Amino acid sequence: MTLGELCRPDFPILARPVHGRPLVYLDSGASSQKPRQVLEAMQRYYERSNANVHRSIHTLGEEATEQYEAARDAVRGFVSARHRQEIVLTRGTTDGINIVAATIGRTLRPGDEVIVSEMEHHSNLIPWQMACRDRGATLRAIPVQEGAYLDMAAYARLVGPRTRLVAVAHVSNVLGTINPVAEIVRHARDVGALTLLDGAQAAPHLPLDLAALGCDFYVFSGHKMLGPTGIGVLYGRLETLETLEPGVGGSEMIKEVWLDHAQWNDLPWRFEPGTPPIAEAVGLHAAVDYLEKLGMERVSAHERDLTRRCLDALTAIPGVTVYGPRNPEIKGAVVAFNVDGLHPHDGAALLDQSGVAVRAGHHCAQPLARRLGISGTLRASFSVYNTAADVERLAEAVAGLRDQL
Amino acid sequence: MSAVQYSDVIRQRFRNPRFRGRLADPNLSFEDVNPLCGDRIAIEGRMESGRLADARHHGDCCAICGASADLLVEIGLGRSVEELRRIQPADLLERLEADIRPTRLRCVTLPLTVLHGALAGKEVAR
Repeated sequence: MTLGELCRPDFPILARPVHGRPLVYLDSGASSQKPRQVLEAMQRYYERSNANVHRSIHTLGEEATEQYEAARDAVRGFVSARHRQEIVLTRGTTDGINIVAATIGRTLRPGDEVIVSEMEHHSNLIPWQMACRDRGATLRAIPVQEGAYLDMAAYARLVGPRTRLVAVAHVSNVLGTINPVAEIVRHARDVGALTLLDGAQAAPHLPLDLAALGCDFYVFSGHKMLGPTGIGVLYGRLETLETLEPGVGGSEMIKEVWLDHAQWNDLPWRFEPGTPPIAEAVGLHAAVDYLEKLGMERVSAHERDLTRRCLDALTAIPGVTVYGPRNPEIKGAVVAFNVDGLHPHDGAALLDQSGVAVRAGHHCAQPLARRLGISGTLRASFSVYNTAADVERLAEAVAGLRDQL
Repeated sequence: MSAVQYSDVIRQRFRNPRFRGRLADPNLSFEDVNPLCGDRIAIEGRMESGRLADARHHGDCCAICGASADLLVEIGLGRSVEELRRIQPADLLERLEADIRPTRLRCVTLPLTVLHGALAGKEVAR
């Protein structure tokens, strides 16, 4: 039995029909479905332990705190971080990047440079545009070459003594390119620059060892990795986090407060202002447990197999253009494509009529779309519960698209 | 569902648009984008004696948006500025004869926003 066939029964939503056809869900890159284990963990939390964390001196408060902090420990193990203080629980990838941008941003000076890439999701671009604009710093971008890869020679020329931070995607949400992040981090560290990796499309699909990778920050979302919406992770290297002032204020992130000043809390709570998403943390914990039980090496191999099948099937259809690397070994669980003469939104709407859910549009990466000279693409993305049969249904529906409009 | 999302009207207007293209001498024009999907549509028109004498649309958009723009030009020809301003999304929806989902409603209304922007003399932002 393949991994997809093994996992499917755990995902209740996959049993529903769409427009009278069995659902083929190929939009996990936007948001994955959730297994029963995650849904039940959250239900159990709300029915048995729901309370605020950290300050409530009663049984429910203790249980809630225990479960919230246990989620942190689970995430630490999942990403191979050295210390639990390095795991900041956020509202999602965008929130994590904004927390870092608010923190680092206030230390930027005119002449400083922040490097992003041309393939960034808007979430890893706009916060840096805003920080640079506010502080008179300069934003630079690593170009994309051959429509698929970061131009590493250009990066080597861009990075230098003015570089304060390099923020790039681990895996492109459009092209699927697995970027050479170890090399990117190494170059940045050589010049004393900080690094932030956007792992939104990597954490759900690849084994991570952040201690070994050595990046300063790594961010991802719970809802793309079988967990609930409204929770994410900001990993910060302890040595880096210790030097930073919090950029966002509120309760929880302080130790002692006076009318005109305050003393910051210890790590990691210093970066967690306000009541956190507690039930969501419990759900994320269950999602991490689910993925770890499967094994991320196995998850990754399964999705690589689906990506290979998808590339083979789509490239065999006349009039279909596929974007990004053709080699599944350096491609995440994402395949973007277009059908000649068909707008991606029409394609997605027609595929939906066959019960096939894919994403369409610029995928929140307009500069990349502009670089590729297109307004958007269709995008199929995979998760643990997808099967070879799903890819076949997609290919069959795509082959019939042009006759329908 | 009673109507289909891609009605015959939409298919025909997509395959054979009647007013797609550019005008040689427009005296009003505007374009806008749908930030959700990146669709971009421009409308060029020529007002003569206070009425829309001719108009064309062009851009990079889906079949629903393109069909809506084509119908809008057809409806608008010969109308005064005041009459053009009174055109509502419902006028387009009725003529599209399609089951337009809430997620695609903006595809229908974008051309109308563009036309009304052109009438208001709006500048295109770059």
